[in-house]
Amino acid sequence: MMNSLNLYKYASPATFYDLAGRMIPWFYAAAALLGVAGLYIGFFLAPTDFQQSEAYRIIFIHVPASWMSMFIYVVMAIWAAIGLAFNTRLSFMMASALAPTGAMLTFVALWTGALWGRPTWGAWWVWDARLTSELILFFLYVGFMALQAAIDDPRRADRAGALIALVGVVNVPIIYFSVRWWNTLHQGASVSVSKAPSMASIMLAGMLVMAIAVWMYAIAAALSRVRSIILERERNSQWVAQLLEGKA
Amino acid sequence: MNWNGWTEFFHMGGYALYVWGSYGVTAALIIGELVLLRMRRQKALQLAKRSVKYGKVESDESTA
Amino acid sequence: MSMLQTVLALLRRELTLAMRRRGDVLTVLFFFVIVASLFPLGVGPDAKLLRLMGGGVVWVAALLAAMLSLGRLFANDYADGTLEQLVLSPAPPVVWITGKILAHWLVSGVPLILMAPVLGVQYGLSSEALGVLVFSLLLGTPVLSLIGAVGAALTLGLRGGGVLVSLLVLPLYIPVLIFGAGAVDGAMAGLGAEAHLSLLGSILILAFLLTPWAVSAALRISIE
Repeated sequence: MMNSLNLYKYASPATFYDLAGRMIPWFYAAAALLGVAGLYIGFFLAPTDFQQSEAYRIIFIHVPASWMSMFIYVVMAIWAAIGLAFNTRLSFMMASALAPTGAMLTFVALWTGALWGRPTWGAWWVWDARLTSELILFFLYVGFMALQAAIDDPRRADRAGALIALVGVVNVPIIYFSVRWWNTLHQGASVSVSKAPSMASIMLAGMLVMAIAVWMYAIAAALSRVRSIILERERNSQWVAQLLEGKA
Repeated sequence: MNWNGWTEFFHMGGYALYVWGSYGVTAALIIGELVLLRMRRQKALQLAKRSVKYGKVESDESTA
Repeated sequence: MSMLQTVLALLRRELTLAMRRRGDVLTVLFFFVIVASLFPLGVGPDAKLLRLMGGGVVWVAALLAAMLSLGRLFANDYADGTLEQLVLSPAPPVVWITGKILAHWLVSGVPLILMAPVLGVQYGLSSEALGVLVFSLLLGTPVLSLIGAVGAALTLGLRGGGVLVSLLVLPLYIPVLIFGAGAVDGAMAGLGAEAHLSLLGSILILAFLLTPWAVSAALRISIE
């Protein structure tokens, strides 16, 4: 029982505010380091691709961004579910804090996908299964943020956003399946869990390092945004006043 | 090392527009988000200061 | 009051209300016809092209028309307080919500199904394709009402709620659109539409079982 007790200690915004404050620099540092390492691998160690020569190097940002955009949406739905189940305001704040970063990464995935498609498939936008699902995922993010923005009362905004995030996450596999059924042009999943990656391992290494770098960045960005949300919502409370005295 | 010299590196085998277009926009978006985060934090702190100044701070621990 | 009686009672109420304002039903229907007729004006009268597009256009128009009438699902009851009485009533929320969604489907979905063949003929669809179109709409439009009810419940009483519902709900309609329009294309191309229709049927069952829970949760969130 003791363990879960102090877990709940971090559910109170005040304690979490300090904890997040201490963690954020580490995550930004990890993101920067891994990012530099990943780009170094991607541009200097990875050989020229025989088919697409240099254009394929966009993969080192396109794939990590699309992985992370889907991963963040699932994490957002998990925080939403925890919030609805345990009625902890902080979980809702985490979900709202993740959405903008997820939407930005989805846009990055779409933008880099288009720029990569132009030289390789000859068109800026191709109605391919994975790009289309990414576009729909972008609409889901925008829908979540628009709904939260349209509701003034924070309590209702949190819960309404949480519900649409959960309804969305249930639909993501169905949408992905139906879009794939509808059309598939994208190269086969070159990195799928089942078969061995059909790319040189050095390329895979670069991509994985970049994926972790983007993950660290997403955590850092979400944590700093959640601190701002906590401040905005708790600005009339005692601990914020003390905090400001300490800072001022 | 793939490249001999920076000019070849930036030429990127003729795909400079696409490769640097992708990385450039990604870098711009990330920097943009960091700036937005910073601005939001300043505004939140300002709001908190204002509520302290106008004595709107509740005496007990804030309700859930 | 058994569950079925609750649903029937609510259905009777909703249908009488709808019949009093018959205009709403017709506006949705005419919107459907107008949107479906705009495409040939925009794309040109080439029969071969229209035949290819027919299924997709009629389905998109049906989807937009169904979404147009979502606002009415809870808005009037929310305004005059009946929604609170319904939420407080002893009947389990899932039951009367299903009743309300069923009534909405009867008022807004069924007219679209009846009108669709007329538009299909306009696009030169073969008779077999028309049959598949009607059947796919029969399976698809209830799903539009079910999923749409979640959006309507979440945006209850919000300013600009109408636009917001479309933003929330359209991405969730996409599988229904793909399988519905795909069924008609399958029939036109002679490949047969069984696969699409069976998938559409499974989505309908999934939606019918899950969505009422989501709607009751959404209503509890919006009403508090």
